[in-house]
Amino acid sequence: MTSRSYVAGAALSAIGFALLVVAHYLGLFVAPREAMMGDVGRILYVHVPTAWGALLFYLGAFVAAIGSLWSGRRGWDAATTAMVEVGTVMTFLLLVQGSLWARPTWGTYWTWDPRLTTSAVLAAAFGVVLLLRRLIDQPARRATATAVATIVAFVDVPIVYFSVKWWNSLHQPVSSRQTIDSPMMQPLLIAAVAVLLLGIGLSVLRWRVELARLLAEEAAPDLPDAPAPLDLSGASGAPRG
Amino acid sequence: MTQAVQRRLFLVVALLVAGGALGVIAMGGIGENLVYFWTPAQLHQNSDKAVGATIRLGGVVQAGTVDWQQGDQLLTFTVGEQTVDTATPVVVKAKGAPPQMFREGIGVVVEGTMRKDGVFAADKVMVKHSNEYRAPTEGVDPESLYATVEEL
Repeated sequence: MTSRSYVAGAALSAIGFALLVVAHYLGLFVAPREAMMGDVGRILYVHVPTAWGALLFYLGAFVAAIGSLWSGRRGWDAATTAMVEVGTVMTFLLLVQGSLWARPTWGTYWTWDPRLTTSAVLAAAFGVVLLLRRLIDQPARRATATAVATIVAFVDVPIVYFSVKWWNSLHQPVSSRQTIDSPMMQPLLIAAVAVLLLGIGLSVLRWRVELARLLAEEAAPDLPDAPAPLDLSGASGAPRG
Repeated sequence: MTQAVQRRLFLVVALLVAGGALGVIAMGGIGENLVYFWTPAQLHQNSDKAVGATIRLGGVVQAGTVDWQQGDQLLTFTVGEQTVDTATPVVVKAKGAPPQMFREGIGVVVEGTMRKDGVFAADKVMVKHSNEYRAPTEGVDPESLYATVEEL
């Protein structure tokens, strides 16, 4: 089954993956060690693009949720779910990568610092959005619930971003061109583009699957509430009672 | 009410709730209740609450104050204010070796409690990394990056 969206999704994913390999080759073998952290500092190239990606895909899901509530079209509903899922995968990766980076640098896997706490809330909030979606059978109601929950959960996205600005934290503040030396900037930016393309590609592929599922659901006849009990009487000829 | 009107009503309500919640948090509504660590100055202001309670103190390890007793595994250092050194620095005592990046002049967050004698007894020493990522300076031995507290 090939279509334009399938080709586009697969191609974007493949290009994103290839760029990711290039970025990490540069990050691991070409870029210098970080002056304070040494080789451990190379997690920068994994962690920061994942963080940007997670926040961006949740932003995409937020926009799609508005589109879904406004238009009521199932394409927006499928897009909301696809991007919430991609964002949530990235958020879980983010928490794991961050812990692995924190142990050798900060000296602990976890601390309830504002950035870490709000990020954990982010994973939980969008986890609930996905759970909610699984629990509702009626398509129109499910689409509305998914979109409303996505808009509410999205509140945490700007909070995560500004947490290091608003409150005292152990996590470092937002980095910029001024705070990252140029030989380190190159792999970081390539990895960021790679994660973005990979995420878009996966979102498109997931969107297709969800859309097909929604269409199939509408086309299929309603299932009975409970399976009819099996009637075994006389089937095997065994005496009853 | 048609379905479309109901959906758009949901949209407006959801956006209002989301915007309102964000506004309250951004305007500092929960800011004061969300304190990850106290600076030395804040610790002195709240000295009555600091003794016996589990708290965190954040600041900069003052130059020339680090003392590591290998035998007792006892680390002593002084934490000062991040920006201005007006507030009285706090003496911290911790058991065990600190993280590898620990050194003079670096940001730290320590978890523990204030003793009655004004010394901060830390259970946990965490090192803060800034948002700066720099290539090593020419001529610096890369192995010196991995100096541990024993070599300080």
